[in-house]
Formats: sequence, structure tokens, C-alpha cells
Amino acid sequence: MIDVEQLRKEFPILSTEVNGHALIYFDNAATNQKPKVVVDALQEYYDGYNSNVHRGAHTLADKATKAFEETRTLLQEFINAGKSEEVILTKGTTEGINLVAQTYGRMVLNEGDIVLVSTMEHHSNIVPWQLIAKEKGASVIPIPISEEGEIIFEEYERLLSDKVKVVAVNHASNALGTINPVEEIIQKAHEVNAKVLIDGAQSAAHLTVDVQAMDCDFFVTSAHKMFGPTGMGFLYGKEELLNAMPPFLGGGEMIKEVSFDGTTFNELPYKFEAGTPNIADTIAFGVAVQFINKWGRENIAAHEKALLDYATEKLKKEVPTAKIYGEAQNKVSVLSFVIENIHNYDIGMMLDARGIAVRTGHHCTQPLMARYGLEGTVRASFSAYNTFEEVDKFIEGLVRIVKMFG
Amino acid sequence: MAVMTKNIEEIQNEIIDEFDLLDGDRESTIFYIMELGQDLPAIDESDKVDENIIKGCQSKVWLTTDFVDGHVIFNADSNTDITKGLISLLIRVLNNRTPQEIINADLFFFDKIGMNGVIGSQRSNGFASMIKQMKFYALAYSAKG
Repeated sequence: MIDVEQLRKEFPILSTEVNGHALIYFDNAATNQKPKVVVDALQEYYDGYNSNVHRGAHTLADKATKAFEETRTLLQEFINAGKSEEVILTKGTTEGINLVAQTYGRMVLNEGDIVLVSTMEHHSNIVPWQLIAKEKGASVIPIPISEEGEIIFEEYERLLSDKVKVVAVNHASNALGTINPVEEIIQKAHEVNAKVLIDGAQSAAHLTVDVQAMDCDFFVTSAHKMFGPTGMGFLYGKEELLNAMPPFLGGGEMIKEVSFDGTTFNELPYKFEAGTPNIADTIAFGVAVQFINKWGRENIAAHEKALLDYATEKLKKEVPTAKIYGEAQNKVSVLSFVIENIHNYDIGMMLDARGIAVRTGHHCTQPLMARYGLEGTVRASFSAYNTFEEVDKFIEGLVRIVKMFG
Repeated sequence: MAVMTKNIEEIQNEIIDEFDLLDGDRESTIFYIMELGQDLPAIDESDKVDENIIKGCQSKVWLTTDFVDGHVIFNADSNTDITKGLISLLIRVLNNRTPQEIINADLFFFDKIGMNGVIGSQRSNGFASMIKQMKFYALAYSAKG
């Protein structure tokens, strides 16, 4: 098990106060906090070896390039990709999905084709597909989900056909916490020759990800949900697909030779990394990955699961007017709920007054909210550094709110 | 129609005094605003339509008006109690005034009670939208004469 007190010491923000109360940060599904080592890495880079990568013939450039490329190798190992060239550095999950939609999607989608997404996708795994589908005369069709918040597998199988070119689903839902059976989803999609993109924004810091065992065609995630910096992430793609895809953005770095008669493109991964990259955050991302490795994903997952189970039980027992959304068998540490007669915004504001940070609203999943006839929910999402005492204070806060306004 | 005895400035000072009693405690302030919200009479469901929604608010806020004897009557509702509480304060200050009084009103109580720090910048923008919409109605009635 994780020594939570030790782990907490790595995060300076966790000993701060908000509104006169010790911060209780339960908005980890939106972004989690950064350990000091990650922030230090940013400062060390800018203070010590700031330089452009891949091109300078000097010592600093070499040092920056090595540190930059080390992150790629760390990410390759982290998701067990076959080659480091299959790891494309991006601004985050959203850019990764847009990249695949605008390149692979553009290449394969034709009039009448279908992109399947689940009803519980984040807008970032819906809208990029709608944009390219509209342009190509294709359509984006949702896979229905059950009341508990699980993909209805028979419905998924029924929707699969040779018209389906892409299946894009999340590994874990940001709004419900559901862990989707991605291996089975991928296997079924491959039977009709559809390619599968897995949105790993909510899984990478919480579950062990093995892209080869999963056999996904694309996997995307964001650094800032993995104790890393914002504006940073990566796309994994199978080499043969990435090679076949046209470039996404044009510019420096992504070319082999440029002339006015025509331009040839660089090899993987640089073909998809136009322009000077986000060097500092890439290096810090690598440090975040090492941080996760140090504490162990299994340990992190076990602690988060214990927190989720404890909070779920306690909420059901002490706040009977709460209704939980997302009661799947397998969940990441997301607890989404509404309370009778009190709006989710108001609950969020009242908890904030006690230093408790939760997310309220539609969580960028409006189709999912519509599925349940909801405007939004209150979402508490836990990370490895959260404690059972914090959950107690959170539930106490809710009990008080219900007493006053329920 | 009851005759207004206090002017816009006096009502605002009254509100400032009430909030002073809360001693800047954030939780008490939010609870108080929510109570004000719960006390605001609901509007008819039939008035909760898109054309009555105030744009620029994160929550849904519906505002309707009547024009009686040269005075503007405001009715409002929201799906959240905090927002209802906020607009109830504006109604308390601006209700049953002449269009000219509303147009010229200098609304200082919001800053004086430090509400920006309590409700955050997004909701503060929403509050500004409420004021804008109320003044817009007043302007429309003043044009009617």
C-alpha cells in the first residue's frame, strides 16, 4: 500500500489553505496536482540548458535533445509500445484526437461511412469526428449505454458493419468513472476492419496501459492528468498507420526536403511534430512518468479504489437524497452524483467555502447528461494523495448542506 | 402598489449592513444568499422560456417584467439558489422604480460586500449580465414613455 503521508509531502499545494480551510482537492479528473520534482524539472531546464532540440551543434542543444527524447522512451515503456517512433508528442488528448480525425479520418472516411463513439464520450472525442464526418458525408453514431453507465455490448455489436471505419471510445469515463472493456471493443471492431482510438485521458494515471496487449490502433492522453504539466500529451499510433497517414500540421521539423516543386516529409515521429515543440513540458512530463513509476500504478490504483469504495458507501449511507450516476462494475475513482432539491453548482460553491474542490456541471459530456435527463452532476474524483479523513470531511460538508437546504 | 420609501442608495446601504453582520465568513455568506434565493417567489413555468433567459449567465436565469404606472416590476427565477439569491438582491434594489431611476442607478453594493471574491469571476460576469438586462428593459420602457 502507498504511504499517503509520504506521498503528500511531494506536493507543496496540498499543504496550502483555501478559504481558511486546508485544501481538499477532489477535482483530479479535471487535472491533478504536480509534485515538486515536476515543477523543478521545468525550472532546471530553463535555468540550466534551455535550447532548441534536434538541430543545434552545441552542448546545450544536445542535452535538451537527450532529455526531450528520454520522455518519448519513458512513454513508450509506460504504455508498452513496440517502438518509440510510435509515440507522437502533442498538446494533449484533444490535439491527439483531432490529429487522428484530420489525418486518418480524412484518409478513410467516405460518404455513408460511420464513426462509432460511446454515449459517454467527452466532447473532445465527439466534436473532432463530427467535423471530419460532416466534410466527408459520413456520420458519427453513439453506442448506447445502460442505466448503470456501461456500454451495451449487444448494441455495439449490432452497430458494427463494414461501413464503420473508426471506433472511438474512452478507456475510462470522466463523468461516470466507468472502465470500458476496451480489449473486447477493439477485437470486435477489428473483425469489421475498423480502427480503434482509445481516449486514455482518465486511465493513464490510474490503470496499467499496454497498447500491444490491448491491440488499439491509437491511444491518446494528457500529461496534466498524470501529475505532469498542462498543454502536453501524446498520441500512440501503430507504425504502419502513422506511416500511411498524411501529415497534420506543416512547418519545420516535420520535413525532409522542401522545394517549390514539392516537399518530402520527415520520418516518424517527427512527421507529426511540426515546429519547435514544447520542450520544457515534455521533459517535465518524463519526470511525471518516473514519479508514477516510482510509486507504482498498482499501488496508486489500489488506494484510489479504496477511497472510491469508502466514499461511495458513506455517501449512500449518510446522504440518502443523493443519487449516484455511474454504477458500473469496474470504475476509476470518480464519484458523480446529484442531491435532491439542491443544484450541483450550489453544492460546489458551498463545498468550496470549506476548501473542498469538486467539479460541477456537465463535465463536457452533454450527450451523456441528456441520456440521464440531467443538467449536470457533482463530481468528486480521487487521486493517490487523497485520504480517508478528507472523504469524511467531504461527506460531513454534504450532510450539513442537506440539513440546511435539502 | 406600495410606495417606495427608500431610494436606491438607501436600499443598497441596507444590504451592505446585512452582509456586514456575516463578518466576511464565506460559508455564512453563501448560505445567506441561498436563503434569499429560496425566498424569491418562483415565476410561472410558462415564463421559463428561452426568450426570457439572461445571456451570459452560467446558470439559467429567467427575467420577466411588467410596466405599471410608470414603474418597472421585475420577476426572476433561476435553476440554482445562489443565482436566485443574487438576482433577488438586484430586484430588491431596482424593483418598482421608474425607468430613469433604473438607467441612472449606480450599483455599488456588490463590490462593497465583496461578492466578487465569494462567487468568483464567472458568476460575477453573470451578475453584470443581470444588471445589463434589467437596465435594457428600463431603457425599452423609457422609450415607450
